[in-house]
Amino acid sequence: MTVDGIEDVESFRRRARNWISTNLEPRSNRPQARLGIVQNEDDDLAAIARERDIQRQLFEAGLAGVCVSPEYGGQGLTRAHQQALNEELCGYEYPSRIQVPTFSPCASVLLEFGTDAQKRAHLPAILRGEELWMQLLSEPSGGSDVAAALTTAVRDGDEWVLNGSKIWTTGAWWSDWGLCLARTNWDVPKHRGLTVFILPLHQPGIEIHRIEMLNGDKEFCQEFLTDVRVPDSDRIGEVDEGWTVGVRWMFHERMLYNSPLVTRPPDSGQGGGVMRPVAQVARDSGLSEDRLVRDLVGEARMLEIVESRLLERISAGIRSGTMSDQSSAIGRLFHGVAAARTRTISCEVAGSAGAAWTNDDGEAAGAGIEFVMRQASCIGGGTTEMARNVISERVLGMPRERTPDRDTPFRDVPRSASAGSRRDN
Amino acid sequence: MLLHLTDEQEFVRDTTSKFLGNEAPVSDVRKLRDNPDGFDRSYWRRGAELGWTSFLVRPNAGGGSVSGRGLIDLTLIAHEFGRNAAPGPLLPTNLVAAALGWSATESNAAESNATEILPGLLDGTEIATWCYEEHPGRRLADIELEVNVDGQEVVINGSKRPVEAAGQASHLLVTGRTGPGLTQVIVPAGAPGVTITPMDSVDLTRRFYMVKFANVRLPFKSVLGGPGEAGPQVERLVRHALVLQCAESVGAMERGFEMTVEWGFDRYSFGRPLASYQALKHRFADMKSWLEAGHAISDAAADAVESDSDDAAELASAAKAFVGHYGGEVLQDCVQIHGGIGVTFEHDLHLFLRRLTVNRMVYGTPAEHRQRLADLAFPEGAL
Ligand SMILES: Cc1cc2nc3c(=O)[nH]c(=O)nc-3n(C[C@H](O)[C@H](O)[C@H](O)COP(=O)(O)OP(=O)(O)OC[C@H]3O[C@@H](n4cnc5c(N)ncnc54)[C@H](O)[C@@H]3O)c2cc1C
Repeated sequence: MTVDGIEDVESFRRRARNWISTNLEPRSNRPQARLGIVQNEDDDLAAIARERDIQRQLFEAGLAGVCVSPEYGGQGLTRAHQQALNEELCGYEYPSRIQVPTFSPCASVLLEFGTDAQKRAHLPAILRGEELWMQLLSEPSGGSDVAAALTTAVRDGDEWVLNGSKIWTTGAWWSDWGLCLARTNWDVPKHRGLTVFILPLHQPGIEIHRIEMLNGDKEFCQEFLTDVRVPDSDRIGEVDEGWTVGVRWMFHERMLYNSPLVTRPPDSGQGGGVMRPVAQVARDSGLSEDRLVRDLVGEARMLEIVESRLLERISAGIRSGTMSDQSSAIGRLFHGVAAARTRTISCEVAGSAGAAWTNDDGEAAGAGIEFVMRQASCIGGGTTEMARNVISERVLGMPRERTPDRDTPFRDVPRSASAGSRRDN
Repeated sequence: MLLHLTDEQEFVRDTTSKFLGNEAPVSDVRKLRDNPDGFDRSYWRRGAELGWTSFLVRPNAGGGSVSGRGLIDLTLIAHEFGRNAAPGPLLPTNLVAAALGWSATESNAAESNATEILPGLLDGTEIATWCYEEHPGRRLADIELEVNVDGQEVVINGSKRPVEAAGQASHLLVTGRTGPGLTQVIVPAGAPGVTITPMDSVDLTRRFYMVKFANVRLPFKSVLGGPGEAGPQVERLVRHALVLQCAESVGAMERGFEMTVEWGFDRYSFGRPLASYQALKHRFADMKSWLEAGHAISDAAADAVESDSDDAAELASAAKAFVGHYGGEVLQDCVQIHGGIGVTFEHDLHLFLRRLTVNRMVYGTPAEHRQRLADLAFPEGAL
């Protein structure tokens, strides 16, 4: 059935439900209990291939890019339709790794700043699972101060030549394209000399190194860019206006849990991450009758419920203009702190099975490893300290921190205590 | 509080806000400390004219709401009460009015209870309160007070504490046990066998009492619904209490936070405003995130309880667990950032902290509600 030519939410939901139950496998809840170092590359690649495959099938079934305009291969439907799809995916596998950052912030930035040609070239390919995207923001010299990027792009006719290094790029080794913030002008203050480019990640000028994280994952990557040539048609936004794009890019990153472009079943765990359902940890550790444990389970559940309601409130407030875009930092802060607390709780509830486990320990296994990685939720996507700066300074209007680099040509800004204050460029 | 109000809702909120600002300015609240009732009767009657006691009652029973969703409308009033640390038995009177209204359609007897008692509650000439909680330290749902049926009468034995405004109430709604089930009885406060003893409390304007029932005999028609059958209604009433409490607590949190932000800009130390220190800015940011989360969860709970949706119990407990705990964290940090003046009676901040503190501990502590959330997370069994 359609209303005003748009498929109504309930019939969309039924269509999604039918398709999902015949085409997707139940999501496996097998805990990824491992000793923290064994990481099988082939398994990873197989998982990614399966996700691309699901994404393609979703596309063919008319269930991809629910809120993206048909011009770019989407369904042109509403947030409510996306919400229905998310709900119907509960309990089923879905392309979780493709959502972030491919759909948001990357596709969000493309939609907002890309040229028509760029959108036509990439959005349908993203919706079909053919292009996985990554964000090249952070650099070895610093991630919080994103606008201090040192990776440089120099114009050469109709092309740009990029040199530098990006780091902490999650999943770059299995991705296809990157959104990259680079310096195009060293003679103006930092915010005014940046430009955003898009580039294929697998090409001769880019060397990708994988970095092992505390949980044994090697999803972190560092990229070394040497004379990478990017056509000017792959520039996003105006030359030296990259900060305008960057501000929205980071906004989309903070809002990703409420982005209409992101597919995320509500049972996928807090913030879409790998958070173990704490109640299941308690069951598997045999402590579900313990009053202290139940207190912690109740707290974890409370945080989960409150976070999802908070993100809805902020997203509704921003959409209606009653809250500023900067309010997205409130959700980012809450998420980081709540996820960290939940990992602590999970660890507490797992007891010694979080420290040493066998295959019979179910969800309790691995709680210790997640605790070791706890701060990731407060660092990735911009740190909670940066979110606190934004909330206090931009939302509450408190005095800004002293930033000596604000009005200084970037070339003259001190960059580290050890490297001295100048750098040849 | 809701981010988006209809014009009518905004009108109601604004009217109450202005009324409280004029009739019960925060500066006067302190003076009510020595008033035995904690509020002024004519103030309450005029508040009732603004709808304070009507929203949970259907129009054909003399009530009426603004949006057709009375509980949501009432959270706007509760929010303003929190923002002003306002006096008056808002929660207990509304809960009893709601219970009378719900049962009015069930039988002639219930109808006559409602027609006798409701008008006085609605126009603010009478106060009523709910006698629900019993022993401190027991779980909220553990009710021991007995209501036994004896021919055409019921006999009540047991005690309740703390009961807000029992000393001011004309009627008490009493929840007791009849065999394995719960029973709700409407008891005139002056009935033989009822003893009402004042308790000391944290809040300057809320009065709490211990109420004892020793062989209190009442005609059978005083029972709302059937004996032993009130379980669902009691649960619904508890959820209403939690929603109103949280709405009020968020109002108190909000006002305390605003005062502290202002102080952060005005107060200088080492030649610069407190609000310029990153250590403090970051705490303001944390507080802001907890405040917004408090708004979000208490609105979500109000919505779910008003629609009686499947997640109503969970959201109401999540709201209480969160707002109870983090409301305390916010207001205590507000005290800290005020420094010495924050712990003086002269400063207004404590009025909000007192309100929050009482709300935190009545109708189940945050810990109690975390247990309830755990009970729901383990469908195989509550402890
Ligand atoms: C799981 C994960 C995934 C990630 N994925 C990506 C990715 O895909 N792409 C990408 O580009 N980056 C990614 N990052 C990197 C991340 O964005 C950065 O690590 C982060 O922004 C912090 O930058 P940094 O590591 O350089 O720390 P720094 O900026 O050096 O900060 C160090 C510490 O100082 C604090 N600090 C810095 N400045 C201030 C200030 N002004 N006020 C107060 N405190 C301050 C920080 O909060 C932090 O605690 C990822 C990180 C993680 C953990």
